[in-house]
Amino acid sequence: MTGLKLLGLAAGCTVLVLLQTPAALAGAAAVVLALYAVARVRPAAAWGQIRPVRWFALALFVTQLLLADLPAATVTTMRVVLMVALAGLVTLTTPASVMLAALERGLAPLRLVRVDPFRVSLMLTLTLRSVPLLTDLARRVREAQRARGVSWSVRAFAVPLVVGALRHADALGEALSARGLDD
Amino acid sequence: MIELTGVGVRLAERDVLDGLTLTLPERRIGVAGANGSGKSTFARLLNGLALPTTGTVRVLGMDTRREAAKIRRRVGFLFTDPDAQIVMPTVAEDVAFSLRRRGLPKAEVAALVEEVLSRYGLAAHADHPAHQLSGGQKQLLALCSVLVLEPDILVMDEPTTLLDLRNSRQVARILRDLPQQLVVVSHDLALLADFDRVLVLDQGKLVADGPPEPALGHYRDLMA
Ligand SMILES: Nc1ncnc2c1ncn2[C@@H]1O[C@H](COP(=O)(O)OP(=O)(O)O)[C@@H](O)[C@H]1O
Ligand SMILES: [Mg+2]
Repeated sequence: MTGLKLLGLAAGCTVLVLLQTPAALAGAAAVVLALYAVARVRPAAAWGQIRPVRWFALALFVTQLLLADLPAATVTTMRVVLMVALAGLVTLTTPASVMLAALERGLAPLRLVRVDPFRVSLMLTLTLRSVPLLTDLARRVREAQRARGVSWSVRAFAVPLVVGALRHADALGEALSARGLDD
Repeated sequence: MIELTGVGVRLAERDVLDGLTLTLPERRIGVAGANGSGKSTFARLLNGLALPTTGTVRVLGMDTRREAAKIRRRVGFLFTDPDAQIVMPTVAEDVAFSLRRRGLPKAEVAALVEEVLSRYGLAAHADHPAHQLSGGQKQLLALCSVLVLEPDILVMDEPTTLLDLRNSRQVARILRDLPQQLVVVSHDLALLADFDRVLVLDQGKLVADGPPEPALGHYRDLMA
């Protein structure tokens, strides 16, 4: 079942890349919404999947609008948001351990090129797990800036965020070793 | 049993630890010292996360330089920040993750996970996202994920530093009942007060070593 979902996700993303008009993507959006409804995902949980990319989506839309035109900006942005929504639907309806096992099975051919499927699937799982932590970190950085009366600046935001993320990655790597996962 | 012989650790051209020769047979050992005195490096030496630049560290009869992987299977490590060591999205999955290399049948894994979670009052949260737990609950989860493997030795690096008084006391109570040999780095003097032996580090050197009362007295004087 999980394997099917992941295949479906891959197929869905391919279709999204092939769709070229705002009308087609609006149709795709309706399909995605229907899938969420069928899976009985609460709207708050659904928004939780999209929320982390909202600024990225906005930036993408504006850039495309400046570089191309409104239809192109709409198509590109909707495509990315719908892909995230589809991936989110899979994560919401699949326990991480089940996904890990399915990915590991699906990635088994990688062994031929001497890549450990467990490592790849673990990396993907860890990426999922990092999203709430990074969202939290971003909120704390913003609060710390507000507390010091610093007005908005990309650098003052990005530097502590990147440092924090790297420190987290470091600590995580060490914790994985401590749990015996690097041998 | 833990044995250090002439251990020094040099990082970025500085002696982070220097001249440590110690035999630690006691069951509960505390480590205190100022920030930057080398406590975390000391703790990380005990499961091969850090290796000595000079000398040798032997744990359960094995050299950490040669058999780190084997040692890690028998030495559990608890970090200060549980967010860094919780790997899976939900509570039960994280504990089960520890067991994956054991190759146990699913039902057995589920039973072990259930048992350890209920022992520490987390059974009701089994299917909750780990990031929604309180700080104290997260640290308990991290502890469950370590204890489910039934290690022979538990090393903890400031396990209560991020916890409030109530959660610190709960962790202290749990530690009191654990059968394992414990090495606990802490600034929480109450936590170490009934330990068998306390080591005090200052700038990478051992400056006090003995029963908690005199050793922690020495630590207080250092901090004054
Ligand atoms: N990887 C490293 N590279 C360089 N210096 C380090 C490294 N890890 C720790 N140190 C330094 O070693 C000293 C002791 O660190 P640590 O063992 O973390 O002390 P403590 O846990 O007592 O605060 C600190 O001065 C720290 O800056
Ligand atoms: Mg430390």
